[in-house]
Parts: sequence; C-alpha cells; structure tokens
Amino acid sequence: MPHPYIPNDHEETIREIMKSIGIKDVEELYSDVPYKIRLKRRMKLPDPHSEMEAKREIERMLRRNSTVKELISFLGAGVWNHYVPAVIDEIVSRGEFLTSYTPYQAEISQGMLQALFEYQSMICELLEMDVANCSMYDWSSSLGEAARMAVRVTGRREIIIPHYISPERLAVLKAYSEPAGIRILEVKQKISDGQIDLEDLKCKVSDKTAAVYVENPSYLGFIIEDVKDISEIIHDADGLFIVGVDPSSLGVLKPPGDYGADIVVGEGQPLGNYMSMGGSLLGIFACRSESRLIRQMPGRIVGMTRTKDGRSRAFCLALQTREQHIRRHRATSNICTNASMTALRAAVYMALLGPEGFKELSEIILSKTYYMIKRLSRIDGVKTPIFKSAHFKEFTVNYDQTSRSVDYVNRELLKNGILGGKPLNSEFPELGETSLFCVTELTSLEEMDRLLSVLEDVLGG
Amino acid sequence: MGEFRQARWVEPLVFEISRESKRGHRFPRMNGLLKAALREALKDMPENLRREKRIDLPCLSEVDVVRHFTRLSQMSFGVDTGLYPLGSCTMKYNPKVNDAVASSDSIRYIHPYQPEETVQGILEIMYTLSSWFAEITGMSKFSLQPSAGAQGELTGALIIRAYHKRNGEGDVRDEIIVPDSAHGTNPASAAMAGFKVIVVPSDMNGCVDIEALKEAVSSRTAGLMLTNPNTLGIFEERILEISEIIHDAGGLLYYDGANINAILGKVRPGDMGFDIVHLNLHKTFSTPHGGGGPGSGPVGVKEHLKDFLPVPLVDFDGERYYLNYDVPYSIGRVRAFYGCVDVLLKAFMYILIMGAEGLEKASEISVLNANFLARKLSEIRGFSLPYGKDKPRKHEFVLSCSDLKHETGVTARNVSKRLLDYGIHAPTIYFPLIVKEALMIEPTESESIESLKEFVNVFAEISNEAYMKPELVLDAPHNTSVSLVDEAAASHPKTMCLSWRMYKSKLLSGERVKG
Repeated sequence: MPHPYIPNDHEETIREIMKSIGIKDVEELYSDVPYKIRLKRRMKLPDPHSEMEAKREIERMLRRNSTVKELISFLGAGVWNHYVPAVIDEIVSRGEFLTSYTPYQAEISQGMLQALFEYQSMICELLEMDVANCSMYDWSSSLGEAARMAVRVTGRREIIIPHYISPERLAVLKAYSEPAGIRILEVKQKISDGQIDLEDLKCKVSDKTAAVYVENPSYLGFIIEDVKDISEIIHDADGLFIVGVDPSSLGVLKPPGDYGADIVVGEGQPLGNYMSMGGSLLGIFACRSESRLIRQMPGRIVGMTRTKDGRSRAFCLALQTREQHIRRHRATSNICTNASMTALRAAVYMALLGPEGFKELSEIILSKTYYMIKRLSRIDGVKTPIFKSAHFKEFTVNYDQTSRSVDYVNRELLKNGILGGKPLNSEFPELGETSLFCVTELTSLEEMDRLLSVLEDVLGG
Repeated sequence: MGEFRQARWVEPLVFEISRESKRGHRFPRMNGLLKAALREALKDMPENLRREKRIDLPCLSEVDVVRHFTRLSQMSFGVDTGLYPLGSCTMKYNPKVNDAVASSDSIRYIHPYQPEETVQGILEIMYTLSSWFAEITGMSKFSLQPSAGAQGELTGALIIRAYHKRNGEGDVRDEIIVPDSAHGTNPASAAMAGFKVIVVPSDMNGCVDIEALKEAVSSRTAGLMLTNPNTLGIFEERILEISEIIHDAGGLLYYDGANINAILGKVRPGDMGFDIVHLNLHKTFSTPHGGGGPGSGPVGVKEHLKDFLPVPLVDFDGERYYLNYDVPYSIGRVRAFYGCVDVLLKAFMYILIMGAEGLEKASEISVLNANFLARKLSEIRGFSLPYGKDKPRKHEFVLSCSDLKHETGVTARNVSKRLLDYGIHAPTIYFPLIVKEALMIEPTESESIESLKEFVNVFAEISNEAYMKPELVLDAPHNTSVSLVDEAAASHPKTMCLSWRMYKSKLLSGERVKG
C-alpha cells in the first residue's frame, strides 16, 4: 500500500523511474556507500502507524501531563500564560505561510515579507526603536547575540550585567560570550529595593566596557528606576546600552528607546504565542538607526523597496551581506532558520490589540500584580515583595518568617491543584525561602482567592 | 501547459489602513477592586518610567486584521501551494496531523517550570524521541535543546571547544576545517565558537580533496565539519579515510545533518566515524519551516562526548522521566528551557507514522526522484550536471546553466525567476560556490511522477524560451504578486527602509525613499 506522504511509493512507478535512469535496483543508487559502513539491519524504531493509531498513541502519552488549564498557575520567569486571540491560530495555520521557507524569492513571497516587515515596524513602535530584525530564537539567544554585537561595534570586550538575571539567560549569555573572549561583570543591586548600585556601576564602567545590560522589568519583577542615569554612565564611557524587556509591560512602562537604549532584546512569547513547555519562542532584537549598529546586526531583516520597473511597492530581505550564506565565517551571526512564525503571531497580536488594547493589557496585568501583592502580604509571616520598588507581572514572595520552606509550600499547593511561584532559593540563596510569582490577564480573581485561602491553611497549619 | 497566477492584492501596510475608531480585541473590564489596585499601582510607578506617548500601533477591527493577513497569505507560497525544490532545505510535505497534535491544549498550556510529576507525558515523548534520533544516526545521546540547525552547529562547535579544553589542548586546537562546498552556516558557526576556519577544496568529483585535507590537518586541528551526502548530492565515498585523517590528527568529526534525508536506514553518521551530529527537524522530519522558523536542531554525540552536552538532558531512572542537570563538562545552554517542544512533538508524530520502514522508503524515493530529475534536466539544452558524471546523486543535485548563459545571456537567477511564473518555487541558486550558474535542486519524496515530469517540461520550455525569446525569461517573473524586486535598493543606505518609522522619517526629511 503506498504511503500517503509518498506519492511515488508504488511498484510500477518506481520501476518506471528506475528504467528512465538506467538502474534495476534502488540499491544501485547507494552503491557508492562503502559496504563496511552500511546499516545491515532495519533501524530499531516503532512499526509504521496509521494516522489514527499515531494520534491515539500520542494522546495517551500527553494525558500524563497536567496543564495550567487544570491547575491554577503562578509560574512565569521567562515564559508566561497569556491569552491568545483565536484570529492568530487561524492566520498562522494557513499553509502558504506555515509551509513556506525563508522568503529568499521575494516576488513569490510578498505576503510573508510584508507581514514580517509589519512585525519589525510594530515592534519598533512598541520599543521606540528604529530597526528590528525579523526574529531570533528567544530572549536569551538575543542577549548572547547583542553582547557579541556590542563587542564588534565598540572593539571592547566587557559586558556588565545585573546581579538579578535569569540563570538560564545568564548561561546562554556565557555560552555565546566565552568563545569571543568576552568578560562578563556583575553590577550590584541593592537588597532593599533591587535598584542598580550606581556607584558600583561607575566603578565598573571603563574604556573596556562594550555595554551595560539591564532588564526592565527585572527578572524578579521590580522596575529599574535609574535607567536614564545608567544610560548616561555608559554613554559617557562610549559604550552601548542594552535593555531587555517583557513587551507586555510596554503599555504602561516607558519604552527603552525613550531612555537611551542602543540595542533592545526581549522575549516575544507574550505576543500571541503559547507556552508549549518553553517551546517555540520569539527573540526580539532591535537597535537604533545608526549604520555602525545596523551593519552589525545579526539575523534577517526585511526591507521595503519597489519593483525594478518602479510600478509597485515591494518587500525583500535586506542587508544580506551580513549573513552566513554570503559572508560565511565573517558573518555577523550563524543564524539562518529563525522564528518567523512566532513573529507572525506577534504581528497579528499587535495589529489586533492596537494602542488601546495594548495599554489595557498592561494595565490589567499591573492591577492584578498589585491586587495580589496586597492580598498576599496580609498573610502572617509572608513578605512580598522583598524589594521595595514598583513591580509588574512578577514579584518575590518570601516565607522566612513562616518556618516553612518554598519546597514545602509548593508541594502543599500542588496537592490543592495550584502551581506556586518558581523557587529562587537555589538561584539566589541570599533571598532565603523565596519564590517568584506571576500573574497575567488570564489569572482570575477567583484563582487568586483560591491561592490565598490554601496558602493561609498551608502556612497556618 | 497551465500557467500560474499568484494573487495580486494591492494591500497597504497595517498602519495605512488604521482608523482611530476601530478595535481588534477587547479584554474583560476591570472590576472595582482591580481599578483601585491599578490606581495604587500607577501612584507607585515612578513618573519618569511611565509611558507617556500612546504606542503608535494601528487601529483595526478584527475583520480588518483577518482580511489583511489572509490576503498576505495568498501572496505567499509554501509546500502546500506547489513544488518547492529548494536544494538543501528538504521542503517535504508537512503532515497536517502533526500540527493538529502540537496545537492541543495538552502541550500548549504546559509551563516549563511545572514539577516533573505533572509533565511525565511530554518528558517521555522527549526521552523516547532522543533515543530514536540516537538509533537513526548511530549516536549515543541527544540533546533536544538547539532551536535550529545553525544553533545545533554552534552547540557542536562549543562541544569540540570544551572537549579540547578538557584535554588541555584548548589553546592549541583552534582550527576547524570545512570543505569549500559546505553550507554557509558551518564556517559561521565555527567562527562563532572561536575557531579559525580552514577551507579545503573539492576534487574533480566534487568530494573532499583527500590530499588537500592531509595537508590542512595539524596539531591545531580541532575538528572537521562535513555534510554527507555533500551539497552536490554526492556521497563522500572516502569518508572512512577522512575520518581517519581527522581522528589521527586529534580532531573531532562534526556531521551537518541538513542532507540526511537521503540516507535514513541506509548508512548512519555514527558508523561513518562522526562524533557529533545535528538534525534539522524542519527538513528531514517534516516539521513546517514557517517562513523561516521556528525549526529545531537536536545534537547527538558519541559516548565520549556525552558529558559535554547542554543541560538539562531528559533522562529516565527506570520509574520516572526527569530533567538531568548533572552533566559534568556541559557547555551550559544555548537557549532557555528545553528546546522547541512543539516542533519536537511534530517530529515524534512523523517518526511514529513512518516507522523504520517508512523513513527508509522516504530516503529511497527522495533519491530516486532526484536522480530522475538530474537525468532528465541535464539532457535539456543549456543545462549540464557538473562533477561526478557517473556518480549517482542522492537527495539533491546541482545543475549548471553556464552554457545557457553563454549562449543566450539567461542566468541561473533568470531561470529561477521564470520557474515562479509556472507556479514552481525556485531552487537554491549560486550555491555551492564551486558550481558556476548553479541551480541546486531537491525534489524530496513528496513529489509524484506526474509533478516531476511537469517540472521537466517546464524546464524544457524555459530553455526554449531562452533561445527563442530570451526577454521573456530575462524579465521574469510575470505571474507573481509583483514583478522583479529591486533588492539592491533595499540595502542601499540612501534608499534603505527597514521599518514604518524609518519610512515616515525619510519621507519627512524629503529623502529619496523606495516603497
């Protein structure tokens, strides 16, 4: 029986093809593979399944997962549970988009190119930056690339990062930086409010500093206030200012372009993408319109141009001479396949929300953050947040005064169908028994109430 | 011969169809409690950190958004639209059931930091999938973390770096060898991992020049990056010699899995002597390429390198699946979390449906299809098949239209643009660099004999046109959404326009602007 995915899987057809290329056996096409290394047995893989059987099998396996639809979740820390409007799933399921390759052939790919140009353009509006590429893999690889870019632009090799950064993001930054001989320095943050210690920063910034990197909101949810000063300090030393963002905050928070960022990175997953266990993400990457920056940018960039006959507007990949398929080992990055489909999702999301929708999104998250902090801090012994600063979406919850550990609390919460905040005790031991909670527009008041009553029981009992 | 007409919407940018009065999405209203909390929050927010200016996003209704992007989709072209013989990209059919499964709530609504006991299902799938990849490639252990082929290469190159460092040779072994026919990502990845790139030429057959390789290796050799079959679609017959030369010199062998669709079940990189392998799930394992990504590029290694893999690995202790961070010499991480899990799920479904038998069949037919086209197309006037004349091709081949250019002025670029007029996506062109006027063609196993014959007819027709009425080909494409695009202007500093705001500011400043 021919395989549904392989139209020529039929004896007669195969015979016809063999005849026309002058062979009698398919094996002749592998005659140049030394016999010694040929696989002389069948691969040990499952037997072929029909679509129905395969679907049944995988659904059986997936049933062993619990999702945040069954559990109440307060997890964030890099991937967040946001609402995805139905329009997005519909648009990205269109085969013309979904099954296309990178749009090298501009004339037949105008739709995808225009959509990506619109993604870049809307991201620029959100960030108040001039140029964005059409995606990187995720926030952390964007950061790794940004550090390398800053080094290329400035010819210096030190990057200063905040103390409170996601350990995963830091690990990626290190992996990307080490081979380029980049030295990563940490600037202190005050334990009272999490703010960057400007004196410490001034000491560390020098003529060796390629860039200072801060995140806003920070990994632990608090807002970094002195961004203008930080920008001045690094710019006075002729270095670059790199800012990392969670875009869902930008309906209320000042965009990094307004406080001097030269390069902006971030995680685009909140913009219309599902969590999928941290699966396909979206690395945001943008910079100012300076040619020394643009020329050093990694990744694909779509440009607007015209047809050669001048008759119509058109789009195509721009500045390809930066890229690996042309510049090879001198390319700005090795990136080829990127994250276009998650960028397309983000484009549809931003087009749907518009300025008012985006503001509403940020305001709802902000209001829930404060509501939750206020309610939680009423529980005896719970300290939240640890840092006395404004917060957005995420915040620290400390149990030191309750004699309970984060692990204990989270285990008890899970028994009640609740996923507590991400434990931070191994990441930042100085914070004690602390976890990182997250609320989004999807977190309902009922869910928060449920958490509060269970938490009171757990801590009181 | 039926010609193709692509949709030609005159579709403005989202910004240009914006109307202040419109909304595309509404969130639930905040109740009194939340409104009060918001007031308090805004009071707490330092003045200088509040966004003052409204975001300049467009205002559209939901209807507008759907029509806009639907029209844009109609001006795009995928495997679902037609033949997509883009060499080295393995644009095979993407089974719809895979997308259906990856879209289910039971994967979409999982947070990566959920306790392991709540995600045993997906961990089992990931563990099983890595063991399948190990079997398919002849490796010991796989990491599913890398987001794409190039990130897999970077991971591999970082492993090579860490391995030599561990052996006290980190400072000495600073060279990676790549053949001149290698994918551009190979030298770029090696350079990113801090290596000097040494290029070795191809021989008369388009394979690695063994003598040149012997001369290139030294005590500085960290490794070799190779794809086999190579980018000409020719199997490197002397792979065992190559492997011996590199290993004897103390280097490691890296396998670029971009071309593995040709040899599934026939021969495995592990048995050829490779130490590290990456796979492109968006090529060989049928996951959609999505207009550029996300893909997935798992990396596998032999036993002696498994302690260098990125963390965490997905492991099984006999009772439960877990994330293993205990990898002694790990290179760390190349991205957050555990990989493109949704893409992994699609590849899992594909292997389950194909089985060992189906994967081997896919390879055989992809090779049969490629050889059929290589034979038929090279018989057409103006086209030839350089290198390894008597060698069978594997999944792809590289045609040259050097003669056509010489005789008619029609180039590989012109031919590729004219193909678009017939509703066929262009091949990869001008690659590999060792072939003049190269057209790199990979039909995959997804094409029927009828579609292959049609492709041959179209090529013959284009050849005719080139000799009889070359302007038709030189001015192509004619039937796509737009005619030939001015790509040079898109990159020229004077006319470059990379965002809506750049466009507006150039217009305001009275600069010349394209668009």
